Amino acid sequence: MKKRIVGYADQISVAPGEAIEFKVTADGIDLYRADIARLISCDHHPGGSGTREEVIENPVSGAYDGRWQDTYAGSYAVIDDAAPFDALESFTLQAMIWPTMPDRGRQVILGKWSEADETGYALVIDNGGALALMIGDGPGSARVVSTGLALSERIWCFAGASFDAASGMVQVYQKAMIEYALSEGTAEVEEVVAPDPPGKTAAPLMIAASCGGQARGGVIGARHYDGKIDSPRVANRALGLDEMSGLMRRPIPDELQPAIVAAWDLARGVRSTRIEDASVNNLHGRLVNLPARAMKGYNWTGAEMNWRHAPEQYGAIHFHHDDLYDAGWETDFSFTVPDGLASGVYCARLEASGEVDRIPFVVRPPRDKATNDVACLVPTASYMAYANEHVGVDSEMSEVLMGHLSGLKPEDLMLNEHREWGYSLYEVHADGSGVCYSSRLRPVLNWRPGYTIPWVGAAGTAAWQWPADIHIVAWLDAMGHGCDFITDEDLHAEGLGLLERYRCVLTGSHPEYYSTRMWDALDGYLGQGGRLMYLGGNGFYWRIAYHDTLPGVLELRRAEDGIRDWVAEPGEYYHSFSGEYGGLWRRLGRPPQGLVGVGMATQGFDISGYFRRTPGSNDPRAAFVFEGVTDEIIGDFGTVGGGAAGLELDRCDHSLGSPPHTLVLATSENLTHLYFLCPEEVNSVGPIDSARETNLARGDITFVETADGGAVFSASSISWAGSLSWNGFDNNVSKITDNVLRRFLDPAPF
Amino acid sequence: MYAIDPSRTDLVEEFRKTPVGHHSPELQKVMNLLRAERFPGKHVLICTKPFKEWRLARLSGVRGEAPEVVEGAVYTTVEEAEWAVFKIRWKAHTGEDLD
Repeated sequence: MKKRIVGYADQISVAPGEAIEFKVTADGIDLYRADIARLISCDHHPGGSGTREEVIENPVSGAYDGRWQDTYAGSYAVIDDAAPFDALESFTLQAMIWPTMPDRGRQVILGKWSEADETGYALVIDNGGALALMIGDGPGSARVVSTGLALSERIWCFAGASFDAASGMVQVYQKAMIEYALSEGTAEVEEVVAPDPPGKTAAPLMIAASCGGQARGGVIGARHYDGKIDSPRVANRALGLDEMSGLMRRPIPDELQPAIVAAWDLARGVRSTRIEDASVNNLHGRLVNLPARAMKGYNWTGAEMNWRHAPEQYGAIHFHHDDLYDAGWETDFSFTVPDGLASGVYCARLEASGEVDRIPFVVRPPRDKATNDVACLVPTASYMAYANEHVGVDSEMSEVLMGHLSGLKPEDLMLNEHREWGYSLYEVHADGSGVCYSSRLRPVLNWRPGYTIPWVGAAGTAAWQWPADIHIVAWLDAMGHGCDFITDEDLHAEGLGLLERYRCVLTGSHPEYYSTRMWDALDGYLGQGGRLMYLGGNGFYWRIAYHDTLPGVLELRRAEDGIRDWVAEPGEYYHSFSGEYGGLWRRLGRPPQGLVGVGMATQGFDISGYFRRTPGSNDPRAAFVFEGVTDEIIGDFGTVGGGAAGLELDRCDHSLGSPPHTLVLATSENLTHLYFLCPEEVNSVGPIDSARETNLARGDITFVETADGGAVFSASSISWAGSLSWNGFDNNVSKITDNVLRRFLDPAPF
Repeated sequence: MYAIDPSRTDLVEEFRKTPVGHHSPELQKVMNLLRAERFPGKHVLICTKPFKEWRLARLSGVRGEAPEVVEGAVYTTVEEAEWAVFKIRWKAHTGEDLD
């Protein structure tokens, strides 16, 4: 039942001539075989199209040594220039802290500490949850002075400690910014310890972690701090309390300047992974594993909600022990895409002891041209949003919403065990704060062809996102359609120029997450004669932002409203990556109905319904859609929930921007009582919010013409793609999809 | 707050026929309680053969802790698995054994 071999790649989309590196970890497997294969089909459903893959002859194929590769999760900052911190004998360490898990055991706020040697100095939260100063010069010899007062969770607190090497005097000062009646929030402790400077260590100065060793050319973080840190400061002598307060002032008073070693202003460089020292010493640092930036600081008043307008109130970074950006594994083998290799969905196929792992990637056409008239826009941003999601094991209450038991796969069991591989944008960190960044530079186990997601479909039998989109790949192959494959990342980088090479573009089954550039490119494409087949549901729903410089990561802010699996804090609705306001495209003034004619209306995860043709479907404008289809009921079959109208559906709505001439061809029926309206549609919760009670909770298949001969066909349902292969691809869902594609490839205007 | 009436064997039969899908409002009230089983010990399925075989397990709710497999509880259909768990939860709520 356990997976024992898994890997990831450094790229998600590669063109002929370009290389993609694969990194593999194996648990108790000495040797494995690797091949590169094109994926055509991977569906284990009894009514599905089975597994078909074509191994590509290439030099990479062969046997490789298996070994385990560790992953070091947890975010922190590191200052590479150690010398000024090495030289300290007397010192002061201070910061404003907002701890989120003070009871989790000893964690380091700020310091230069080697765990292996127990040497150095650090301001910490101790095992009792209180602020403490540690000074060490060898195992078992640490001098520790604690306030003994447990910190309160999620309350800003001044944390400062000083050591005078001549006298051995230690002062530790802990003052909560909120003082409740009947509880103590302030503690001030003085104690004399041995008057020896801290022991020397090669460990660098770090914020939010100590040095747990070395690996892969860098440090390993240990004793990770969870929570926010604002205004960290290091001084070169023991400051009194008034002086520590002085270091918090802007500008820092002249008389304190000589005492400063570093005074980091974490509100600078928010769009980067740099932290900047505002002092003359320029002891800048870098962040590891992407802690959250553009976070409210200790001095946020609420007068300003945008970090760009009041940066001085956003001087905090939120660190987590379970943050991960780049797993940093070593490369096992590298594949260079041969010239002329057909664009498609491929995988590195790893096999050992009867187990197979498939690391998926897209081979796109050469960067300067199209090799087909139609392109499938693979929704990699949406795949990243769901990457490594643990809802099936972590959620106590989602079974009530789903209406069925969760069904875990070997991938889920492995993900549960290896929390160091990070989380999805549908979860909270261990400390309860929302996961707002997702990276693909790590093993992502729910990106596996054939995998079905635990909480969708009875016993978790439904394909979802990448596995579901293989249904579209299989269909294109079965129907004899050549197709180029491009990704969201390609679209974000290249914009309209990429799309306008194609007469027609297909979406995946669930293209939910869009950056501004992706949206504008698609809008531009449709405005100049492009044809879009929106073969999914709940598309164009949330704004995401890519990073300016870091590859393979994106950001989401679950702001205002929407289906929010976590809720952004007030004042933290603006993206750190781009400065844009986050949230639903509908709440940004762009309901999806204005882009594609339909928009998110309802979701449910037990079974699917079907579509019934409307009288309007007989309009001659849509005759091509139903050529050869006489059925009134469309899609009462399928591998995803048993129907083509299911999971998440979109409806036509003129009040939200559906063009007046949008043709509704068919509408969903037979959705269960567990399909509800979305939160953004419900101003007051009431008894008529499910598909059994309101017509607003439905899906509409639509066709709408756009400027210059363009058009959009919307299937408006996530489960549509799961019906394509039914009965050997001979069914009315397949036929309709094929009719539309053939017509859309014909340049004749509508 | 809604409480399950153990004499409503009609709801039991309704569930047994259709464990996943369209339910009457009254059965849904029952399922809202039964499916809201808490940690630790929340029942979950582990799929051992896609679409063919599942085993029963219980979740602790602690991140990183492996689900505890319930020995001998193996099912070959979704209906069988749902019915088995329904009986366990019905008993926990009402004290009654179902057949």
